[in-house]
Amino acid sequence: MKWGVVVFPGSNCDHDAYYALHDILGQDVRYIWHTERDLDGLDGVMLPGGFAYGDYLRAGAIARFSPAMDELVKFSEKGGTVIGVCNGFQVLTELGLLPGALVRNTGLRFICEDLPLRVEHADSRFTATCKAGEVLNIPVAHNEGNYMLDEAGLDELEANKQVLFRYCTREGEVTKEVNPNGSSRNIAGIMNRQGNVLGMMPHPERRVDAVLGHVDGRKIFESVLQSVGG
Amino acid sequence: MVVLVEVMPKEGILDPQGKAVGNALRQMGYEEVGEVKIGKIIRLELDETDPDKARARAEEMGRQLLANPNVERFRVVFPEEAVA
Repeated sequence: MKWGVVVFPGSNCDHDAYYALHDILGQDVRYIWHTERDLDGLDGVMLPGGFAYGDYLRAGAIARFSPAMDELVKFSEKGGTVIGVCNGFQVLTELGLLPGALVRNTGLRFICEDLPLRVEHADSRFTATCKAGEVLNIPVAHNEGNYMLDEAGLDELEANKQVLFRYCTREGEVTKEVNPNGSSRNIAGIMNRQGNVLGMMPHPERRVDAVLGHVDGRKIFESVLQSVGG
Repeated sequence: MVVLVEVMPKEGILDPQGKAVGNALRQMGYEEVGEVKIGKIIRLELDETDPDKARARAEEMGRQLLANPNVERFRVVFPEEAVA
């Protein structure tokens, strides 16, 4: 697959995303500066973590008006694969490609740690190599990861199997106690109705190299490669 | 003319920042303090002299960028008594 990694002023996980896709997964990758409009020939686009435009006003609020995001909307409408991680997830919600919003964590602190995530469904292009109920260990690093959506919207997400990852215990149990940031229904990652746009707060690109201990993050990328074609 | 856009967290949306400040105030002895909410004020200088037009434009900006309707509400006010 051909991938683009969008770089905003303030992105800081762009190199990690590039490294994961290019060096570990052997993909064809190029950076896309936020003012560029050329997404031609790409099969997948990743919005990396960081603090696009300094997170001024709200995380992702200003980034979503950049020229590359206009093109991203068209790209996603044509079925292209989009993965937004952390700040990338925040941009996708501001852009309206994913429902809801990410607000400040309830626990009064920035959270930076490895957390267990339960895979809710394996029948998506992002989880095809996982089993439903499987627990992945993937780190989070965020201050605004508290996923908010009204009850009707949450019910709709669940009904359409759009909730892909939830914070859980090591054994895979979803409880209030292990909700790190106050997210509605422990939600850590969702996809759009069409199933081609993923947003998640945890960082799979940080768990792809065996040197760092775990490689659970690879499964998400490998699922895309398996589903869409490597 | 100058208009202010006040942005506040919506009812039912947890505001951890406001909660922390409320706790601090009560700890300081201001026991009468109930719920505290923290929002923001955005001051706009507009090249416009008609208040109705200014308000309409600022409301449009509020909807498009300044507030996120999922979690925030906003209103446009004129700054007669504000610090701005």
